[in-house]
Amino acid sequence: MKKRGSKTALTMSYPNWFYLPAVITFAIFFIWPTLSAFYYSLTRWTIFNATFIGIENYVQFLSDPMLSIGLKNTFIYGILTSGLKTILALPLAVLLTSGIRFKGFYRSLVFFPVLVSTIAVGITFSILMQPNQGLFNVILASVGLPRVDWLGNPKLALFSVIFVDVWKGIGIATVIFMAGILAIPQDYFDAVKLEGGFYIKFRHVIIPLVRNSTFTVILLSFIGGLRTFDLIWAMTGGGPGFASDVLTSIIYKQYQAGFYGLSTAGNVILFFMVTLLVFPLRSFFNSKEIEV
Amino acid sequence: MKKTGLFALALMVLLALSTVLYSAGKEEAVEAEGPVTLTYLVASGTDSTQAQVMTDAYTAMNPDVTFEIELRPGGTDGDNVVKTRLATGEMTDIFYYNAGSLLVALNPGETLVDIADEPFMDVVDDAFKMTVAKDDGVFGIPNQTAMGGGILYNKKVYADLGLKVPKSWAEFAANNEKIKAAGLTPVIATYGDSWTSQLFVLADYYNVQAEEPNFAADYTANKAKYANTPAARAGFDHLKEGFDKGWYQSGFATAKYNQGLEMLATGQGAHYPMLSFALTAIKENWPEEVENIGFFAQPGNSASKNGATIWMLSANYIPKTTTGAKLKAAKDFFAFVVSPEGIATMNAGFPPSGPYLVKGAELPADVLPAVNDISSYIDSGNSAPALEFLSPVKGPRLEQFCVAVGTGQMSPEDAAANYDKDVANQAKQLGLAGW
Amino acid sequence: MTGKKKSPSAIAANTIVFLLMIAVFVLPFLYIILMACKSAKESALMRFSLPETNLLFQNLGHVITFRDFEMFRALLNSTMLTVGAVTLVVIFGALFAFVAQRKNDRLAIIMMGLLVAGLMIPPSVVPTVSLLRTLGIYKTLHGMILIDVALFLPFATMIFRTAMTGIPRDLDEAAYIDGAGPLPIFFRVILPLLKPAIVTVVVTSSVNIFNDFVGPLYFLPGAKNVTAPLTLYNYISQFKTEWNLLFANVLVVSVIPLLIFIFFQRQLVSGMMGGAVKG
Repeated sequence: MKKRGSKTALTMSYPNWFYLPAVITFAIFFIWPTLSAFYYSLTRWTIFNATFIGIENYVQFLSDPMLSIGLKNTFIYGILTSGLKTILALPLAVLLTSGIRFKGFYRSLVFFPVLVSTIAVGITFSILMQPNQGLFNVILASVGLPRVDWLGNPKLALFSVIFVDVWKGIGIATVIFMAGILAIPQDYFDAVKLEGGFYIKFRHVIIPLVRNSTFTVILLSFIGGLRTFDLIWAMTGGGPGFASDVLTSIIYKQYQAGFYGLSTAGNVILFFMVTLLVFPLRSFFNSKEIEV
Repeated sequence: MKKTGLFALALMVLLALSTVLYSAGKEEAVEAEGPVTLTYLVASGTDSTQAQVMTDAYTAMNPDVTFEIELRPGGTDGDNVVKTRLATGEMTDIFYYNAGSLLVALNPGETLVDIADEPFMDVVDDAFKMTVAKDDGVFGIPNQTAMGGGILYNKKVYADLGLKVPKSWAEFAANNEKIKAAGLTPVIATYGDSWTSQLFVLADYYNVQAEEPNFAADYTANKAKYANTPAARAGFDHLKEGFDKGWYQSGFATAKYNQGLEMLATGQGAHYPMLSFALTAIKENWPEEVENIGFFAQPGNSASKNGATIWMLSANYIPKTTTGAKLKAAKDFFAFVVSPEGIATMNAGFPPSGPYLVKGAELPADVLPAVNDISSYIDSGNSAPALEFLSPVKGPRLEQFCVAVGTGQMSPEDAAANYDKDVANQAKQLGLAGW
Repeated sequence: MTGKKKSPSAIAANTIVFLLMIAVFVLPFLYIILMACKSAKESALMRFSLPETNLLFQNLGHVITFRDFEMFRALLNSTMLTVGAVTLVVIFGALFAFVAQRKNDRLAIIMMGLLVAGLMIPPSVVPTVSLLRTLGIYKTLHGMILIDVALFLPFATMIFRTAMTGIPRDLDEAAYIDGAGPLPIFFRVILPLLKPAIVTVVVTSSVNIFNDFVGPLYFLPGAKNVTAPLTLYNYISQFKTEWNLLFANVLVVSVIPLLIFIFFQRQLVSGMMGGAVKG
């Protein structure tokens, strides 16, 4: 057969209308509501009508004395969950790609929490973390340690939720790392074999070569952490008091209270915050990406 | 591509399309004469059981009218569902919701059917009508009974320790120290269900109005504040005092309402600041213990001005979207609920937790002791409605501030000041004059 | 780490790993199962203990038959929602990613950026409800499907775009030279090669859509439209929680995600291989 067409003809086979289904759905059902939210954030909006009030909602949202707790908690949550998932999932992935016994069983175990609804996980752990008969404290007491009020102690509540978030989400992070490790060509391992040592292998082969996976894990869990809601809602409701409130739970509570304009303003602020943090991080990671 | 893969893909597309078509085909059925099905939105839990009992009784008498009960979450989650569905015109044919300030936020004049002139409203007490009215309209019929908000206490503990029902806060505090010395929990707190934390503040309203008779009006008009009215701030002070003096049980910050009831019923705890509807749940779960539970009004500074804060009933409403045969059936159902048969059905299914606000409705002879305690406050004229039934303004974050104070994270002064800001937000949202 | 060698230290290490894994990942689920076996009164004590008598089947029976077998309707709704949304997400996302990665021009980059923003912006509830009403698809399954498609497209598109980098252009060219149009190229050449990425997208988004609680609460109200996670709320209320039934319900609604996982388990890791997932 005769070779037909030049390079320009070839690009014809990538028609722009392939964009349309995705773009139309996304534009109608996501971008449009988001844009109208920008407008509504400038109004005093009851369920029945919206009165334009300029930036008053933004002023009110940002002057809320409780906001600073929420902002601080959001950062802590985003940084700790992504950090812990990265640090814990990488060794776990190494373990699950090694020659260890019951490998398949472990892989399923680690991934299983991902499958269960967040609400159910939150409820279960809030019982396990009960101060008196909860399993956590029963174990502590059995080895002679003092009981801990995991969710009732205002200083601890947020960290207890973070722990559960890591537990539930580590499966995804581990699978991403496992994929990264399995993609490393065997030659690299052979090259360091003579120098021996697991540490060498880990430090000089795995860590550098799973860099892309590391970026993915950090980015996905950081975004997820900043936007987290379900788990905090199911476990503490942002409490006790305001102790574990994050931006999304504040926004949601204002929404519940019927302060739609105020809550939408909070949404817009969250959007800018996430964008300002994540886009630079993403382009930094993209620039450091490696080809294996 | 493997044939099976392509086949599976085709199957999936087909499934997806059929899902879309299936749901597109199921439009609202055309209204027919004859049998009517009313949809009824209630909160899950006790309310839904009650709705079931009442609708079953009605359907037994009127087989043409059946009900479809939809559940929603309780608390603020549920408020939101109700608001969203009313705003979008997607409300059920009838629904159950709070009276007072929460109702005002629904904008009833625009969204609900005015039933002021219906004949069945004649038997409804005016004190109740006040709480479901806005401007000239009256929108709801009472559901269940009025409630007392104050301290539920275990009479056995009181008898064992030789205590007397306190009339002033000082006496209450003294009792608590004795109870603590006996190794029991003086005051049960269940902040795991954070709404329960508000009682010390809300049930203190009788004492507030005893000292500041104009508080409700001034508060609505943006003149009186929690922060600068010591009588109003006292509720927050009480929360702090309980924390400082160690009156609450261990683990109170995450304890649930149900655990609180158990502690009270079994005598592990002596006092539980609560609404009297809790008696229903106590009777259900600890039937032998409910006779040991009594009620007293939350004490204030002075023993001579002692009285109870009363919560009005929740109500059933009809949204404006209900019309024609459904509207007729809904009104007839409402007439049944406040009729003697309706009251009898309710009495048989549920122990009343306070007086009915329906003329001629009698409490049964075997009424619970705590309900008698509440009735005697009302009968002797020593009662006042809670603030939320006198003023449309209630800040949505009160429970969070109460928990923050009760767990020692915030001072009563800060909480009162911050709560005032919260209240201002609400007043602006409602478009009240003077804010 | 020493593989199949059976030195005492290796056995000890294996045992420790085994015990740790069981403690961390099995105990919480064991607790759910134990609670689901108990009576209402026993479960209210919330202890980690064997049930006095095993009531698992009674509890499961109660949960399934509750309110005229509402559970079946819920599972059916959730399954239709999941299948519908995930199918469209896969096809729309792959179509988009195919062209966007191949062209990689200004337009493609801008649109990709928009989609990525969707990963970060929380959806706004009330404007979405009014939109659905305007379109006449509020309270309908296909309205909810389209919302979920919009919400899950960004993640899927990202994965597909990355996976496309691993599919050589030569293949498109060869098919093109053979006279195939764009659609056949997409369906016969590209889609089969995207299979690992598709598995990733299917597993992650179907689990999330199936378990989504907030979305259906707002966009799909009504007793007829009940979805699986909402059935949990039959047993939790402000005033009372029936723990044994709640956990029996958790077991029932976890079955379908579990099946999805078992079905795709083998392909999942390979699906994420080769950097198929990245920011």
